[in-house]
Amino acid sequence: MSEPTESPADGDGPILEMRGITKTFPGVKALSDVNLSVDRGEIHAICGENGAGKSTLMKVLSGVHPHGTYEGEIVLDGAPASFRTINDSEARGVVIIHQELALVPYLSIAENIFLGNERRRAGEFIDWHRTNAAAAELLARVGLTESPTAPVSTLGVGKQQLVEIAKALSKEVRLLILDEPTAALNDQDSEHLLDILRRLREEGVTCIIISHKLGEIASIADRTTIIRDGQTIETLDMAEPESTQDRIIRGMVGRSLDNRFPERTSVIGEEVLRIEDWTVHHPTQPGRVMVDKANLTVRAGEVVGIAGLMGAGRTELAMSVFGHSYGRDISGRVLVHGREVSVKNVSRAIDAGIAYVSEDRKQLGLNLIEDVRRNTSAAGLPKLSRAGWVNEHEELRVAEEYRESMGTRTPNVLVPVGKLSGGNQQKVALSKWIYTDPEVLILDEPTRGIDVGAKYEIYTLINKMVADGKAVLVISSELPELLGTCDRIYALAAGRITGEVDVASATQEGLMSLMTQEADA
Amino acid sequence: MTTIANLKDLVTQNVRSSGIAFAFIVIVGMFAFMTDGRLLSPGNLSNLVLQYSYILILAIGMLIVIVGGHIDLSVGSVVALTGAIAAVVVVREGFPWWVGVLAAVATGLLIGMWQGFWVAYVGIPAFIVTLAGMLLFRGLTLLVLDNMSLSPFPGEYGQIGRGFLNGLLGGYGYDTLTLVIFGIAVAGYAVASYRNRRAKLSYNQDVEAIWLFAAKVVLVAAVVMWFAWQLATSRGLPIVLIVLAALIIAYTMITKHSIFGRHVYAIGGNLAAAQLSGVRVKRVNFLIFLNMGFLASIAGIVFSSRSNAAQPGAGEMFELDAIAACFIGGAAVTGGIGTIPGAMIGGLIMAVMSNGMSLLGVDQSVQQVVKGLVLLLAVGFDIWNKKRSGARAS
Ligand SMILES: Nc1ncnc2c1ncn2[C@@H]1O[C@H](COP(=O)(O)OP(=O)(O)OP(=O)(O)O)[C@@H](O)[C@H]1O
Ligand SMILES: [Mg+2]
Repeated sequence: MSEPTESPADGDGPILEMRGITKTFPGVKALSDVNLSVDRGEIHAICGENGAGKSTLMKVLSGVHPHGTYEGEIVLDGAPASFRTINDSEARGVVIIHQELALVPYLSIAENIFLGNERRRAGEFIDWHRTNAAAAELLARVGLTESPTAPVSTLGVGKQQLVEIAKALSKEVRLLILDEPTAALNDQDSEHLLDILRRLREEGVTCIIISHKLGEIASIADRTTIIRDGQTIETLDMAEPESTQDRIIRGMVGRSLDNRFPERTSVIGEEVLRIEDWTVHHPTQPGRVMVDKANLTVRAGEVVGIAGLMGAGRTELAMSVFGHSYGRDISGRVLVHGREVSVKNVSRAIDAGIAYVSEDRKQLGLNLIEDVRRNTSAAGLPKLSRAGWVNEHEELRVAEEYRESMGTRTPNVLVPVGKLSGGNQQKVALSKWIYTDPEVLILDEPTRGIDVGAKYEIYTLINKMVADGKAVLVISSELPELLGTCDRIYALAAGRITGEVDVASATQEGLMSLMTQEADA
Repeated sequence: MTTIANLKDLVTQNVRSSGIAFAFIVIVGMFAFMTDGRLLSPGNLSNLVLQYSYILILAIGMLIVIVGGHIDLSVGSVVALTGAIAAVVVVREGFPWWVGVLAAVATGLLIGMWQGFWVAYVGIPAFIVTLAGMLLFRGLTLLVLDNMSLSPFPGEYGQIGRGFLNGLLGGYGYDTLTLVIFGIAVAGYAVASYRNRRAKLSYNQDVEAIWLFAAKVVLVAAVVMWFAWQLATSRGLPIVLIVLAALIIAYTMITKHSIFGRHVYAIGGNLAAAQLSGVRVKRVNFLIFLNMGFLASIAGIVFSSRSNAAQPGAGEMFELDAIAACFIGGAAVTGGIGTIPGAMIGGLIMAVMSNGMSLLGVDQSVQQVVKGLVLLLAVGFDIWNKKRSGARAS
């Protein structure tokens, strides 16, 4: 006690205590009386359904929602914390990495790492030597070998996420908060990121991680706190044998979910979509083939999957079919119900009965500043209008109908979509396309960043679509998802279809070897 | 479904536009008080309409441009050029007035196509295209006019910007025709509101209580008829006001209820998502600028008619007034948000302030300072308001 160097940081007891946190937005009580206690040096996971309030809780902790806009108290290292800005929280070693990446694409890695926290020389000038040297050191700590002067835009999402962590490390982080860091990553990149987190734990950094990937949580977390409807349900010690994934799910949704995938008996009819010799070139690098003579078919009442690694050309294939939205020098034929159709722009593709739900709902799927109603009708305006005039009453009715049938959680349909949680945004994006009454629905990573309960609902929706005799094409990075929902799966590797398997005879290993075929050759 | 929460949410959402309307009423009240009521005198009100009509017309087009995520810096020069073309046709060549009007509109449409082509099909940002246009069309105006002003216009052309409908149904110290036209307009408004309410009911939507609805209609009718009375006891119904009212009604409908209007909001809100929803972005962008050219030509006609001349320097800074009107009226700089009524109120705020300050004999230089500050405060208030209602930062 008499040691002058002793600071509260060296004490034991929890590093963080949040008590009785209540936060309301107009019309929504996002958090009510939430308690969270995080031990020093642990990896603490937070689980909960979409809209449960996980991100909000972390924004309260990191000062994004300033002190005074919420009730309750935060105790960090035994001392009360009342952060008014992110800078306040960073000064105490709390760093948050948000759900959406926040890097500046045209700046270099080093510049991004030290953005707002520049290594200076003579006052206001940047010391480039120190900046780049320090950045290289930090990159090594997160296992990156890239040059610090490379622009961030040249990195894939997985590596960008690691740069975010390096940036956090540069701030001398003691409590690192990661909000769904692996949502956009493939398995390999996710595994690498988790390894980095384990290493940081050894170095004494405490982590709070939010994730919908329960397998990941089971493998990395020391303890897990479950939040439901803005309230803390329980905190599980992951070392206990009963802390299984099913246990977590039960806490999250309030009941047990016996099956991850709803039952379906396929009644397969005639062919709806046929793609022949589909070839697509890179939009800016002429000669680079992104999709190479792909052939595939989808029949009525059938769910067909496309498996492939990151960069295999899955999204490129889908988007080029959907109105040439990607690529150039596109050749090949698209047939719907046996008749060749033109898909040279999006409205033609929609007219031909094709719908595409993008993997990137914020950038490509939704107009975030517009309300739920207008987003729901955005692609189906012709159905709602006569001679170019929109029937607004009908539009509102449709939006209400879809809100109900999809179970979208929103106070009302006049709320801007940007204020909904991820899963509910996805439901709006789905509503928009289902309302166009397509023959073929292409879903690109339909459950990315979505909780188990909502996933189940989305699978149910897929089943409803095919039961109505529609055809569904699903692109997914999660093989269990494909195996659980599809009738047939195509494997794609380096732009080529390397195999087609019936789900009855498919295994993860078998698919994996098809997906990596090119790489081995 | 009518929970308190829903109601509160609706209020916070409407605070943006009604906040501006509230500010407008305060400003009008303030100047009416300071000018001992001269601001609201019949003569001054009809003057105000004549003086600012062309800014309001420009603001209609500008609002659509801004909601689409663009900007148009060239409208002042386009006003000058279209006015100059009309003057050349009518004054110099001696054609009838309507040939001048057609020539001006045709010029406006051509300009709109020109700028729309560069913005939509070549992909040059509108800021650059219209900055070039600002220089280009000003230069062409000087060429067309040989650097001199051209005047005067013959009688009929001048009527557009300065004329009144008066005495057609006889005058008894007030103009009956004005009152009749306004009466019909108010009746039309009441019927349309009632039908909208009925439609809402049949779709099971929430509506305000019938007494509240009636009170609202009566209040609007009273204010409008009072305004009509002021005009009727002055010089009658300005022709410009008819043009302006027709444009406001038509464009409010277009922005709110037409597919084109929806597509403009979609593009401004999220371009990529709009494209992937089947919006033909290039075509919509082209139409936005075509329309701006059209409205700028109307403003050019009104302005040249009112000043009874085509001047090389006509319309300078008009673009800034039109842009300011949109932003004061709640349009977002990033696009996707804004309404025609909002922009009109924004324009009227500027109009009442200039007019009020002129009545008070405030110096031109001070007027500029005040207008600049009002623009800043209005948008500042707007941002503060948005933060308070808890919009997500990202
Ligand atoms: N700025 C805001 N304004 C209004 N409502 C908000 C705002 N931020 C969050 N909400 C609401 O608060 C609730 C909790 O949202 P939050 O983003 O914390 O959910 P989440 O648990 O992170 O979900 P997800 O897993 O989808 O990311 C949701 O109902 C959301 O609509
Ligand atoms: Mg979240």
